[in-house]
Amino acid sequence: MSKKVNITINGYPVEIFAGKTILEAAESQGIKVPTLCYHKDLCVAGNCRVCVVEVVGQKRLSAACATPCEEGMEILTNSLKVRNSRKQIIELLLAEHNADCTKCYRNGNCELQTLASEYKIMTQEFIELVPLKKFSIDMYSPSIIKDDSKCIRCQRCVRTCAELQGVNALTVAHKGDQMKITTFFEKAMRDVVCTNCGQCVNHCPTGALVEKNYIEEVWEAIANPNLHVIVQTAPAVRVGLGEELGMPPGESVTGKMVAALKRLGFDSVLDTDFTADLTIMEEGTELLTRLKKALVDKDETVKLPMATSCSPGWIKYIEHMYPDHLKHLSTCKSPQQMFGALAKTYYAKARNLEPDKIVSVSIMPCTAKKYEAFRPEMHDSGYRDVDYVLTTRELAILIKQAGLDFKKLEPAKYDRLMGESSGAAVIFGATGGVMEAALRTAYEIVTGREVPFENLNIIPVRGMDGVREASVKIEKPLEDWAFLDGVELKCAVAHGLINAKSVMDSVKNGSADYHFIEFMACPGGCLGGGGQPIPTNAEIRQKRAEAIYAEDSGLPIRKSHENPEVHKLYKDFLKEPLGEVSHHLLHTKYTKRERY
Amino acid sequence: MANSHQLKRVDFIFRNENDWEKVLSNTIKKTPQDLINELISSELKGRGGAGFPTGLKWKLTAEAESDEKYVICNADEGEPGTFKDREILSRVPYKVFTAMAICGYITGAREGYIYLRGEYKFLKEELEKVLDEFDYYCNEIKLDFKIRVFMGSGAYICGEETALMESMEGKRGEPRNKPPFPTQSGYRGKPTVINNVETLVHTFTIFKYGAKKFYDLGVQYSRGTKLFSVSGDTPKPGIYELELGMSLQDFVYEFGDGDTKAVQVGGASGFLVPRKKFKDAAIGFKGKLTGISLPTGGSMMLFNSSRSMFNVLDNYLEFFREESCGQCTPCRVGCQQLLLGIKAVKRGDKPAAYLDKLLRLTETMQYTAKCGLGQSVANSFSSIVENFREEMIY
Repeated sequence: MSKKVNITINGYPVEIFAGKTILEAAESQGIKVPTLCYHKDLCVAGNCRVCVVEVVGQKRLSAACATPCEEGMEILTNSLKVRNSRKQIIELLLAEHNADCTKCYRNGNCELQTLASEYKIMTQEFIELVPLKKFSIDMYSPSIIKDDSKCIRCQRCVRTCAELQGVNALTVAHKGDQMKITTFFEKAMRDVVCTNCGQCVNHCPTGALVEKNYIEEVWEAIANPNLHVIVQTAPAVRVGLGEELGMPPGESVTGKMVAALKRLGFDSVLDTDFTADLTIMEEGTELLTRLKKALVDKDETVKLPMATSCSPGWIKYIEHMYPDHLKHLSTCKSPQQMFGALAKTYYAKARNLEPDKIVSVSIMPCTAKKYEAFRPEMHDSGYRDVDYVLTTRELAILIKQAGLDFKKLEPAKYDRLMGESSGAAVIFGATGGVMEAALRTAYEIVTGREVPFENLNIIPVRGMDGVREASVKIEKPLEDWAFLDGVELKCAVAHGLINAKSVMDSVKNGSADYHFIEFMACPGGCLGGGGQPIPTNAEIRQKRAEAIYAEDSGLPIRKSHENPEVHKLYKDFLKEPLGEVSHHLLHTKYTKRERY
Repeated sequence: MANSHQLKRVDFIFRNENDWEKVLSNTIKKTPQDLINELISSELKGRGGAGFPTGLKWKLTAEAESDEKYVICNADEGEPGTFKDREILSRVPYKVFTAMAICGYITGAREGYIYLRGEYKFLKEELEKVLDEFDYYCNEIKLDFKIRVFMGSGAYICGEETALMESMEGKRGEPRNKPPFPTQSGYRGKPTVINNVETLVHTFTIFKYGAKKFYDLGVQYSRGTKLFSVSGDTPKPGIYELELGMSLQDFVYEFGDGDTKAVQVGGASGFLVPRKKFKDAAIGFKGKLTGISLPTGGSMMLFNSSRSMFNVLDNYLEFFREESCGQCTPCRVGCQQLLLGIKAVKRGDKPAAYLDKLLRLTETMQYTAKCGLGQSVANSFSSIVENFREEMIY
């Protein structure tokens, strides 16, 4: 047990565990010390220096985020010396920053802007450095725009890319005045190992890294009377959107969101959850087929464990980092792309529409989905399956631009045909959710009984540990699945690519004896996605997860295979899981990529 | 105290008695505790410039609990105007190795590294040849200590001890947050002694002759001798071992060309002393000697009346702008602002009063920069601007 130390902050005594930082001590007293390079998800860097405080008796100031409390410290967080220094540091940052705030995508949600406003920096006495240097904006990626002129070199993106994701697409290069955040050989983001996960965007305090937005394109499509614009919403959007619109984290706003989308003018408001249920049907069947081929037919070309394929950040990651292990991936497209392929085929036919008159928009908690929609193979409907992908944040912008009072909207329901979903689909938005949904269905297909967990809640796969394992023993299966009798179905769940790496390394060296693994690129799964509201941190992710599981519990249908619209889809169009139509529209191939 | 300290030249460091084997084997017959006490009583302070008590550093590392510890010799001699470590390593390398091995014996470290400045690559082969000999002897006396040479890549910032360790670990050379200090968590997160080349050689002297001989030299708070790299407008540039505590007046009398306008003590990160203050300035670590005291890594640059102090400062600031690692705001942006600022004042684009804004900026840099580099830019800037303000403006 750590011992406690006694310190004072601004004259008031504080007792705190030794080793806690001055910042944590101040926070515990409700005293805000401003920060920029500090982020709760990341290791401490201590490089922006705006959090400096005075420790009485020391000439130099200390970075509150990086200095542990020691017995007897007398700390001043707002002395004149602190204020003057801090103010000058903010001035320095502004001198180096392209402070053209009114033209910035992050205007209104920028940590540097907030700080400048708090400290009332009204003049720029220092020499502005931005006009003296040449900056180019990297706009080549379909997901992320990188504008170095707005970068404050806090390295939050670098730490995010390294610590949370293990990708290291972004790194620091050069020194002194030339120091910058860049990529391998300063290539464009689209040409490096970047997975487009957008965690860097979510962790950037300024507008240096933002999503590529498609707001105007969507408004134009909506305004065009010749086009039928449909929209799908991912599971995690409904538990994040409220935060962008003045609500506290952890509120599920499904009904209000649907109402808002209808008022924005979309012709049909549908649910990605519908294709999440469909994914379970396809992927669950694929898993059982693989198990049969591997265990009964001893087919060595079939790879186990099977890995999920719904997270496009994860897909790009494995393509770059483990190109020889792509056979482990389920061939199922992600729910977004299944939806897209069906929208311009099944939906078009059912609604008697020309597919080329349909504009398919998706609202995602994700920036990698923008890239996914751009993939050349995602044209199985004969058209681009998904036309525009907006993040949760972009949807909030649409809602604000339309002048909707979101909090006052009466909840509405999704439109029919591809709008029905189960609780199993909702939990796709949380890490472990795909696994839980798959188990609910697969176990029942095999045994004819519900999974042996209270209220269908498969607690072992839930939670926020980076890698979680669970197993379900199959007993008394139905006749078709007799070969699975007594088999302990072993599963693993990994979220955040750094955790995916540790699991994939064990797959690579043969030490992983799992049958099925769920991988999600982002910490916490989609609810912590790169397209979710800023800020996102562990506490907020936890609240969003609670909201997701509450939504699941409250739904009448909890299992994907009980979704009536999915039944109808198979009956009218696909015929059977893994059937020929499915194979054409719902499954895909992967590409080996290099790291450099 | 008008009378200044006599300028005494000493010869310990380069005196070559070829007795390192004897010094090593005799020293490690004593207990680590006795040796630490000896070192502490010598009052030796680090000769890299910061002046941390060496005995205390070794003691803290010896007391730290860990199976793995390291001794690092900081040979990333990058301060403009210093060239003493290069001479030590080319002339008496075995003294450095011996001191490192003794440090290993005292602290429990079994591995040592020489972090050699990238530009000193030409020394590597010779050093490794001597190391072979040294290893052979260590084997013979059954001393489990292995030294390797690690090449730096030419960044000034890697002379900062924690940036040096980052660099050795294969990472970008950026200073770490302190605490923890290297004595608790240094190279590879293990307790580490890191000393300047010259500091190590002084410990050799102390272990050979005893602490008293060292302590008797110098003055209060600044014991022993120090190597000075003398350059600039001087008829006799070179390396000199002098007793600490001398007044700058005596120094200039000895080394000046009769027209000395100012002396930069401690390199670009040190202080500039103008002629009128020579009498009051003493070279040492702290205490009330005769007015101001100047800790130094040993760089002494003399400037005569033909030199423009604006150009001198401009040169230093260009150096810092480039050699800042760039991670912390005050240093990265501050250095650029200082450089652009003095140029703007000189051109008349900014009023002379802008110099005061810049002086306040150096104060902020001193208070808030993450490491010694950014903190010490204030030294040369304020001492030059305050003493030669007209030269900055006209």
